[in-house]
Amino acid sequence: MRKDYNLEKRKYVICGFIILIALIYGVRLFNLQIADAKYKRSADSNAFLRKTIYPSRGLIYDRNGELVVFNQPAYDVMLIPRDVQEFDTVSFCNALNMTREELLKRLADMKDPRLNPGYSSYTPQRLVSHLSAQDYGRLQEKLYRFPGFFIQKRILRQYAGTSGANVLGNIREASQADIQADDYYAPGDYTGDLGIEKSYEKELRGIKGVEILIRDAHGRIQGRYEDGAHDIAPISGRDLTLSIDIKLQEYAESLMVGKRGAVVAIEPSTGEVLCLVSSPNYDPNLLVGRKRGENYRKLVNAPDWPLFDRAIMAGYPPGSTFKPTQGLIFLEEGIITDKTMYPCSRGYISGGLRVRCHPHGSPLPLLPALQTSCNAYFCYGFKAMIDKRSKYGNPSNAFEVWKNHLVSMGYGYKLGIDLPGERRGFIPNSAFYDKNYGATHWSANTIISVAIGQGEVLATPLQIANLCATIANRGYFYTPHVVKEIQDTVISEEYTQKRIPTINPEYFADVAQGMRMAVIGGTCGKANIPGIEVAGKTGTAQNPHGEDHSAFMGFAPFDNPKIAVCAYIENGGWGATYGVPTGALVMEKYLTGTIHPSRKYLEQFLLSSSVYYAPPKQKK
Amino acid sequence: MSQLRNGQTSIFSQIDWVTIILYLIMVVCGAVSIYAACYDFDHANLFSFDEFSGKQMRWIALSLVIGLTLLLVETRIYETYAYVIYGAMMVLLFITPFVAPDIKGSHSWLVIGPMSLQPAELAKFATALAMARLFSGYNFQLNAKAGNYAKALALIFMPIVLILLQNETGSALVYMSLFFVLYREGMSGLVLFAALFSVVIFVVAIKFTESQILGLESGQFWILVLVMVITVGMSVIYGKRNIEIARNLLLWYLLCGLSMWGLSAFTEIIIPGRAAMLFAIGVACVYLGFESARMRLRKLLIPIATAVLAVGFLFTVEAAFGKLMPHQQLRIKVVLGIEEDLRGAGYNVNQSKIAIGSGGLLGKGFLEGTQTKLKYVPEQHTDFIFCTIGEEEGFWGAVGVELLFLAMILRIIQIAERQHTTFGRVYAYCVASYLIFHFCINIGMVIGLCPVIGIPLPFFSYGGSSLWGFTILLFILLRIDASRKSVLAY
Repeated sequence: MRKDYNLEKRKYVICGFIILIALIYGVRLFNLQIADAKYKRSADSNAFLRKTIYPSRGLIYDRNGELVVFNQPAYDVMLIPRDVQEFDTVSFCNALNMTREELLKRLADMKDPRLNPGYSSYTPQRLVSHLSAQDYGRLQEKLYRFPGFFIQKRILRQYAGTSGANVLGNIREASQADIQADDYYAPGDYTGDLGIEKSYEKELRGIKGVEILIRDAHGRIQGRYEDGAHDIAPISGRDLTLSIDIKLQEYAESLMVGKRGAVVAIEPSTGEVLCLVSSPNYDPNLLVGRKRGENYRKLVNAPDWPLFDRAIMAGYPPGSTFKPTQGLIFLEEGIITDKTMYPCSRGYISGGLRVRCHPHGSPLPLLPALQTSCNAYFCYGFKAMIDKRSKYGNPSNAFEVWKNHLVSMGYGYKLGIDLPGERRGFIPNSAFYDKNYGATHWSANTIISVAIGQGEVLATPLQIANLCATIANRGYFYTPHVVKEIQDTVISEEYTQKRIPTINPEYFADVAQGMRMAVIGGTCGKANIPGIEVAGKTGTAQNPHGEDHSAFMGFAPFDNPKIAVCAYIENGGWGATYGVPTGALVMEKYLTGTIHPSRKYLEQFLLSSSVYYAPPKQKK
Repeated sequence: MSQLRNGQTSIFSQIDWVTIILYLIMVVCGAVSIYAACYDFDHANLFSFDEFSGKQMRWIALSLVIGLTLLLVETRIYETYAYVIYGAMMVLLFITPFVAPDIKGSHSWLVIGPMSLQPAELAKFATALAMARLFSGYNFQLNAKAGNYAKALALIFMPIVLILLQNETGSALVYMSLFFVLYREGMSGLVLFAALFSVVIFVVAIKFTESQILGLESGQFWILVLVMVITVGMSVIYGKRNIEIARNLLLWYLLCGLSMWGLSAFTEIIIPGRAAMLFAIGVACVYLGFESARMRLRKLLIPIATAVLAVGFLFTVEAAFGKLMPHQQLRIKVVLGIEEDLRGAGYNVNQSKIAIGSGGLLGKGFLEGTQTKLKYVPEQHTDFIFCTIGEEEGFWGAVGVELLFLAMILRIIQIAERQHTTFGRVYAYCVASYLIFHFCINIGMVIGLCPVIGIPLPFFSYGGSSLWGFTILLFILLRIDASRKSVLAY
């Protein structure tokens, strides 16, 4: 083969290149390893201790600037197994108030890979968590005698009061799953659980800092590495301001003592939730510190489900509080006008079907129908709509139109409140009935009970309160939310955008008028607060769990609404018995700051009464 | 049959034992270093298969089996099936990202039972074979027509693109080293020079922006100085014995430099540093142009073009980079390894430098290194294995490893040049190029001279794929070399 000697010379260039690089690297190694004294110093102090500095978690204020949740320090005893030398266990145990057996068991547990999968003898491991201040003080004095041990400061929560646990949530130690899902967490870190602690975890937690310390061969801290040049300062979490009025929350909770149910109040003009009560409730302080695990188990197993936030999770039959939506839909669809009258002969009678009603004038138009909560009126309207084949073709189409209006008013889907675990309630669609009855085998009479908020229809107390806020606004609402402000940033856009249902605003004015009449001369006379124009609607919901549920929704003042409320008391009987006074007192307290002497008896009644529960439901 | 046996027996007498011995020293040192890097007082057992070092021993044993098998394969087979192997490997690379699980954002590992393999490592020898086959084609000359370049570049860029799809930037860049082979086979040195120089300009211009010299960023300053040095150097090369051209240029630059230094040191005058340096280079270019016309030396236009292009490229990079949003700039810097990835263990290179630096002249001794053991250096048993060697064996150990690599690379180049066939020579240069790239980038990264590009140190880093990849490369080369005498006939 012919060789090109001109090209062969190029091997010298390639060899030269690699020799040059090797030379440069050699010089660099010489500089690093021999010439530069900086690294020799590091050779003496041959290890670092990376200490995490935990940021302070964001504080939580109520809408009036009152501090609701704040931080308390807690101290964990940590050790780095490699650095631990023989130590005086008696003195150590005395400082920590534990027996030698306990200590040995803790050390064994720490090394057990099943209990502590992240164990390494080089990295900090936790021996004892949440030292009391006294234990901390005693140990701190003697700590120099126990090389390898140090104290890690952590942040726990503390609550100013005992109310609002369902909104506030709490913090718990991050689980293995949390740690895998998010790089932020290390074993032993805390993360939000339930309530806004969970939904605003990213805002509240802040950014961790690191302090790098140099240790000598005996593990003693010699100082900060390069004077802290590589340290990272922690950044505190953002403070939150709730839309909740904590005083109102406390008051509403006190009214609900002894009853199961929920109270939700919303400021209609903003969608801000003023109080969100779920009863029975629990003290948030139970879920702080060393007793958390035990208390949490107790709460989970409690028969009345205190951890279940009824305000946003429970699907209740809305009962008569649903009637305003029906009036709105019939008006919008042209089924009725405000003059249309329907008869009521102690109920709705069609074919063999009879839906009973209580005695009142007949026939009657929409507004008196709302005032007296006439079942027959809304059944006739519903039948007129669903069976109107001239307009919709068949009941399925009519029902879809009906359903879509309700969805636009916030029913059937999650409203999107900034709390975890919200449920969507239930509004059936025509496919649901097609499946149950067969495609052409159902009509208005088959499903007539949904017209009065019974049957398949379910709503959360939040959805009912939101409907009331929509009526108070005469035709729009904001997505309800419990956090009003976030430090140094703004709340999510979804809470500042108006949502407009598919109903003409003028019809809302009619329905609002009907609700006003219900207070003045109708079913909710107890809501008539002196000096304030209140509008309201009762609800008495039949249910399979015993006595009827007692419900009320109302807003006030009539012309410039400041509060819209829903009170829902399980098995409370008539709407007027528990629902109306609870809702009315919450409105009165919020608007006037006090309760009028003529109405103190209502307050007394609620504070002293309890509803005997129906037999406890089986857990799903 | 008898011939075959003859061929087999002759293989072991013809084999290049120097390379084999270097190879064995390196893999054994590698396994020992991995043992040291992962040594833990709690559970120490060199041959336990749970430990990385134990696993590495197993990889080494399997490598030797593979190497031995490869030596028994007839050389002609490699030549005949080069394209088939290449094609099959490209298909494998193509399907890898679809079937590979996500491991730290890269989809490059094929998991087969208890093993995971990185096809990107195995594609190295396939590409080398294909390159060798292309160049050994009848009457193939790289410079004969542009189509030849297109074919060679296609062979190189196919694996690069496929590996980039797996999100393995480091492994993809390795194939760029094959430009050394193109250079050896006739590509103009200016291309290699231009490529290297533009990488240097890009990295230096982005990396050194903190301090200022004469009112311009230090990175820019040093690049402009480099441009001056290069114009002088080129005028020596292309000036055809007219050494006075280079002398005049040098004097001019010295004059400019001295006057600028003097003015800034002894007076209050603020010199527009960038304008002054550009002026100096501009005058030099005009002078070169004049000389080129006067002496009819067209090659003297090369330094002018180099200077103009380099300065233009520098300012383009600067302008384009300045237009980006800060987070995009950060991203590029992270990709280039200039800025540490904040989500990573932080200051990796600094830790690695401290570990090496603390080794001193003689090192801390085997298993005595503390920096690497305390997990301050990430990837200590894979990409940062050199760190452990530097800390425990000191300057002598680190330089020793360097010399091992140097010896092996030079030996392979020597083997390349003694081949009688183009196939053998090109293949050998491919092997040498891969090793040069891995050596330069990996050690450069660990001692803080190169961007952090995650590629292993051949034969040392933990990992079966890398070890097997290089073993295959090397033993095919040894097989080709061993039979070189029998191919004299054609």
